Amino acid sequence: MAASTTNSAYWKGFRDGIPFILVVTPFALLFGVVATESGLNLLETMGFSIVVIAGASQFTALQLMNDNAPTLIVILSALAVNLRMAMYSASLTPYVGKAPIWKRAFIAYFMVDQAYAMSIVTYETRPEMSVAARVSYYFGVVTPIVPLWYLFTLVGAMVGQSIPPEMALDFAVPITFIAMIGPMLRTPAHVAAAVVSVALAIGFAWVPYNLGLIIAALGAMVTGAQAELWFARKAGS
Amino acid sequence: MTDTATTWFIIFALGIGTFVLRFFFIGIIGDRELPAWVLRHLRYTAVAVLPGLVAPLVLWPAATDGQPDPARLAAALVTLTVGYLTKNVIYAILGGAATLYLGLYLVG
Repeated sequence: MAASTTNSAYWKGFRDGIPFILVVTPFALLFGVVATESGLNLLETMGFSIVVIAGASQFTALQLMNDNAPTLIVILSALAVNLRMAMYSASLTPYVGKAPIWKRAFIAYFMVDQAYAMSIVTYETRPEMSVAARVSYYFGVVTPIVPLWYLFTLVGAMVGQSIPPEMALDFAVPITFIAMIGPMLRTPAHVAAAVVSVALAIGFAWVPYNLGLIIAALGAMVTGAQAELWFARKAGS
Repeated sequence: MTDTATTWFIIFALGIGTFVLRFFFIGIIGDRELPAWVLRHLRYTAVAVLPGLVAPLVLWPAATDGQPDPARLAAALVTLTVGYLTKNVIYAILGGAATLYLGLYLVG
């Protein structure tokens, strides 16, 4: 019984992860292309995608390495982009924190934006799921995503400059993220948080080392929490 | 460009650092109960980070040297609208991609 429940949760996650193939493939391809154009060899390019497995920060590191930034600045800036992962980790904790430690370690390694976004939506809308089912679901979501992340980094690194800029692959990343944001705007509090996030990110874009994003995220989280309380009071009065 | 040893140092420092960020809460806090006010803030994590991550990429695309681009702005708007109305990620992506290519064809 328990095994069949976790099994079906895995396949549900797998199906929910499939659409992200359209997103991850061009992103990985783009990283492979840009990394080799920047002078990284095949092994180094693959090293980034397998060891780091976080596209936005990989692009950040690459950009700063091209600019000959000091090594420490490269690492800190790319890590700042990934600070959101700590927030994802905290946000997933109430749902999968009771799973065995080694499973949580794998959840951490595979914690990409798409896996987090898809899982958290499912956990919130299906509170009856067991911890084991949630973990299976999560690994289901990453199954179609992660191997293609590795594979298409490799393809990108090998085909290199033969992809014309007219393909506008650069915009695959923003479109993917925006597409995930739309369905997240479920309540006025979520909308308020998103609006504040955009406004602060643009307003603080001048802050070095991507810390503007962290300021924006913290401001937006407080906004969402306060808006939730405000709307609850209004509904209650 | 950076030499090979430095490149590998960056790869592993970034890999380890990123894993620590990802594992920190889920690994350390584990099954301890979090207070209500913390959970209330965590509910807004995704919607607080992703819009802020995307906004500068939409407004100042690297591909156009940071100049705002009508095709990309339109694509972003369509993606958000379709995603909000249909609650479907894949329709939103397809709508945005179609708008982008149409826009680039018309403008570019």
